[in-house]
Amino acid sequence: MASSSRLFALTLAGAVVAATAGCAPQKETPTPNVTASSSCAKESLPTRTPGKLTIATDQPAYEPWFRQDKPDSGEGFEAAVAYAVAEKLGYARADVTWTRVKFDAAIAPGPKSFDFDINQFSITEERKQAVDFSAPYYLVRQTVIALKSSKIAGRTSLADLRDARLGAQVGTTSYQAITEVIKPTAKPQVYNSNDDAKKALQNGQIDGLVVDLPTAFYITGAEITDATVVGQVPQVGVPEAFGLLLDRNSPLTSCVSGAVGQLSEAGTLRQLEQKWLAQVAGAAELR
Amino acid sequence: MTSLDHLPSEAQLRRSAYRRRQTVYSVLVAASSTAALGTLLVVAVTGAPGWERVRRSFLDLEIARDALPAVLSGLWLNVRLLVCCAAGALLLGLVIAVLRTLRGPIFFPVRALAAGYTYTFRGLPLIIVLYLLTLGVPGLRLQGMPPVLVLGGLALVLTYGGYLAEVFRAGIESVHPSQLAAARSLGLTYRQTMRHVVLPQAVRRVAPPLLNDVVALQKDVGLVSLAGPIDAVRAAQIATAQSFNYTPYVVAGVLFVLLAIPLIAVTDWVTLRSARRQSGG
Repeated sequence: MASSSRLFALTLAGAVVAATAGCAPQKETPTPNVTASSSCAKESLPTRTPGKLTIATDQPAYEPWFRQDKPDSGEGFEAAVAYAVAEKLGYARADVTWTRVKFDAAIAPGPKSFDFDINQFSITEERKQAVDFSAPYYLVRQTVIALKSSKIAGRTSLADLRDARLGAQVGTTSYQAITEVIKPTAKPQVYNSNDDAKKALQNGQIDGLVVDLPTAFYITGAEITDATVVGQVPQVGVPEAFGLLLDRNSPLTSCVSGAVGQLSEAGTLRQLEQKWLAQVAGAAELR
Repeated sequence: MTSLDHLPSEAQLRRSAYRRRQTVYSVLVAASSTAALGTLLVVAVTGAPGWERVRRSFLDLEIARDALPAVLSGLWLNVRLLVCCAAGALLLGLVIAVLRTLRGPIFFPVRALAAGYTYTFRGLPLIIVLYLLTLGVPGLRLQGMPPVLVLGGLALVLTYGGYLAEVFRAGIESVHPSQLAAARSLGLTYRQTMRHVVLPQAVRRVAPPLLNDVVALQKDVGLVSLAGPIDAVRAAQIATAQSFNYTPYVVAGVLFVLLAIPLIAVTDWVTLRSARRQSGG
């Protein structure tokens, strides 16, 4: 028995080695980064208007992704990312033109009036059937929000939140963030929906509510205006990813994706996230 | 001599032998039909093309073991709520039933209020009462607002109190008027009549349906979880969301059945006893 199982293990190991060896050469060909640098020169990029880069977003463009609905100011996280990608591709600020496209229209199949669109698009398999996405430029973080009058408003560290009564929607990464990262002493409160959780927050039944960052800005900005963002929780679980949206099979996809990848590796995206989401928009990072 | 007295006749011997054969025969038939049905069920379920997939996503032992502590600690909440709410609802139901059966025109407003209560809370879906009390009332921001569990328990007591009041009322009205007349003629006051003559008979008669409602309440107390607390089903839901496997729900279901068995057994026993008493008396 022992020898036969060892023989089986050896065969299996051999098969694995053979499989990896067989796969190895294939792996290098589709990687665009190496070849991208040569063909992704500004002159050879088939943009809508040669020499110009047309970037789209929604009208109005909301804070903290854009500032005062003016994408061409380059202020706000997504505006800054858009200009950083443009710069990486060799476009000066003056070469960038902005256009406005509704969120739903951008995701729908059909001709596009932009080179790429930046508008908090989550990358999903369903959407990939209709459009192309770049590599992710932002991984959504979980965020604690509280009423301005709450005892936890203005707290700055995870340890400060241990004594808080926190709530989240059932089955979400937000709940995981409470149990796995914040680990408060009181049992978390769990709700069927964010609507129930928001009511409990307003009633003061919970000190803080954990939601993802875009939702946090929406709730504090539009729905419960006497609530404020306490801070962002370190990454947990499988986060949602935002990508730049391009036309299906766009010739630009690999170049734009490569540029995002380089910005990510260089730490530029992280810095922009720090600057525009943590400092300017006030979603400090809790540690 | 005595043995002679008890010597059964030839016919009697034949009769008892025949009866024995019949008993053996029916036991054999029952056993084989049960075995046949059992085999059929097992084969039909495990032989189904999707059985392997269902077994993996609903009956995974390892996931069951992982989820058990969380589900058990959720179940503890159910048990505590059940005890408090059952006591509260039985008491409220009894009081409302007595108020509804008060005689005399002066008590009309009391009767009307009690009737209005049973109409309203039997008609109102429990989940809406829960929402109003657990997420609506705290919005008033009054001083000394009780915790959400107490409010949720109150919603359960209010809803089940309505059902139980009607059961109690049926019991009270089932006591024959001659009993009341006899009690009054003995010089008992209305209150004494109720306390010593009517209620003991009424409660005994409706004990089975009352316990039946308590069994139903046992499953409904978990709905309090919509206001935040984590009960057994919610704990199972959380575990399911993490593992993409439905086994935790099955674990919670089995625990609920185990919890219900003693209560159901008591109900059956009480029913049986009262039936015997009535037929015997």
